[in-house]
Amino acid sequence: MLKNSELDLPRIVIEGVKKTYTLRHTHSFKETLVARARRRRTATSFDAINDVSLTVGEGEAIALIGYNGSGKSTLLKLVSGVLRPDAGRVLTRGRVAGLIEVGAGFHPDLSGRENVYLNAAILGMSKEEIDARFDDILAFSEIGDFIDTEVKHYSSGMFVRLAFAVAIHTELDILLVDEVLAVGDAPFREKCNAKIRELVAAGKTLFIVTHDLHTASEICNRGIVLSKGEVIYDGTMPEAIAALRASR
Amino acid sequence: MSKSDSVDLSAFSIPGTSRGILDVFGYRYLLRLLVRKGILTRYHGSVLGWAWSYVKPTAQFLIYYMVMGVFLGLNRGIEGFPIYLFSGIVVVNLFNEAFGNATKSIVNNKALVKKIYLPRELFPIADVFIAFVHFLPQLTILIVVCLIAGWVPTVVQIAGALLAMLIVVLIATGLGLFFGSINVSYRDSQNVVELILMFATYTSPVLYSFSMVQAKLPGWLYDIYMLNPLTSAVELFHSAFWFPTTSETADRPEHLLLFALISLGVAVVTLIIGQLVFRRLEGRFAQEL
Repeated sequence: MLKNSELDLPRIVIEGVKKTYTLRHTHSFKETLVARARRRRTATSFDAINDVSLTVGEGEAIALIGYNGSGKSTLLKLVSGVLRPDAGRVLTRGRVAGLIEVGAGFHPDLSGRENVYLNAAILGMSKEEIDARFDDILAFSEIGDFIDTEVKHYSSGMFVRLAFAVAIHTELDILLVDEVLAVGDAPFREKCNAKIRELVAAGKTLFIVTHDLHTASEICNRGIVLSKGEVIYDGTMPEAIAALRASR
Repeated sequence: MSKSDSVDLSAFSIPGTSRGILDVFGYRYLLRLLVRKGILTRYHGSVLGWAWSYVKPTAQFLIYYMVMGVFLGLNRGIEGFPIYLFSGIVVVNLFNEAFGNATKSIVNNKALVKKIYLPRELFPIADVFIAFVHFLPQLTILIVVCLIAGWVPTVVQIAGALLAMLIVVLIATGLGLFFGSINVSYRDSQNVVELILMFATYTSPVLYSFSMVQAKLPGWLYDIYMLNPLTSAVELFHSAFWFPTTSETADRPEHLLLFALISLGVAVVTLIIGQLVFRRLEGRFAQEL
């Protein structure tokens, strides 16, 4: 596993990370008192991620696979910094960009152009960087003249294409992708996958969460299988997929 | 695989950590875009658009003027009552808008807070900036009216007005961070804030004069009343805009500058406390929303 990181520093280091969620069953004083009186539990906790350690090297393309509730998205959120680990630590090197649930930062009343600037800035780009890439983003999204129309008038396909185009053109060293590869129609999806492969070829580190095993095995060179918050396999893609199927 | 202990960690950063408000200035461009978004979309879809920023304070002024000035007779007790009233209202409006919006801003931006890491202080601070932009039309009306009424601005008066705005913005930001971060887990917070906002107009000398309070309250309680930072800010505005347009015979509070400086200190302390509480609760935002 150290084939890349022997020479270079790793891009992501995850050490003994644990994340526990507390689920509150009561939402008001009244409910809490009633639950106490009836000796019911007012909260339960479960470990979404339990003692996970990983090192991701420069230029690795990793697919994080596992069934629903295995902790994949939680792990990705820990790497992006949205969540903080309860134990252990996460370290990253370089600029991290997330292909977050597409269009989270879009405002329907603003034009496509304004949304491009707003979202690229949310993803950490400066004005100069956005200016320089604006034409690429526009071309990739295939939005054309609609760029100055308010986003609320876009079809869902146009909306998704624009959001994806912004995210994929950010300046980054580590790209985090959470199940957004399945956007748009088949030709656009193929274009997105080609763009992601291009980033991997350029030495960017890729960390994707997906259920689409076919696409994952095309793009990624390492697969990590999560089950109940623990890593049960870490190795090549075909074997990871086999391990996932065997774990059921 | 866990050989990272032998690795030099200086090039690494821990995701999800920030220096709080200090980091917001590193995101100046994004802050500007967030403020721009708030301003552009505020009156979106309304025909009058920004005219509403003039209509609302005017209507508010007329109501207070009729009730307090004409019906309750304050018109005779306070010289130049309309200007007195308006110069106080705009200060409280700035406070209410900035504080109220900042309290709700993390919850309003939950789509982003849950999905991507940014210094979360950006959202309440952008809302305070937006509130300030909406305060500018009101300030413009006030200045125009005062100039018509014969106001000749002096450096001291303008400095006083700027100090008042600084106090209000700082304390609204501090309280907004404090109540806004609690609001993520307990929505009771925004109801508490609504109560505070309701009191704000009446616990500072906006509708009446400070001397009416001084006449009724014992000395120590009056001092507490004057220590309310909003009171200092309102009185600074009165001194800057209203007093020079009168015959300058009305009573002015003693030690106003001292009270204003103490208020500034209180505002800074509030901001620090707000930031500390915000940082403490911030780690749970994404999972609580």
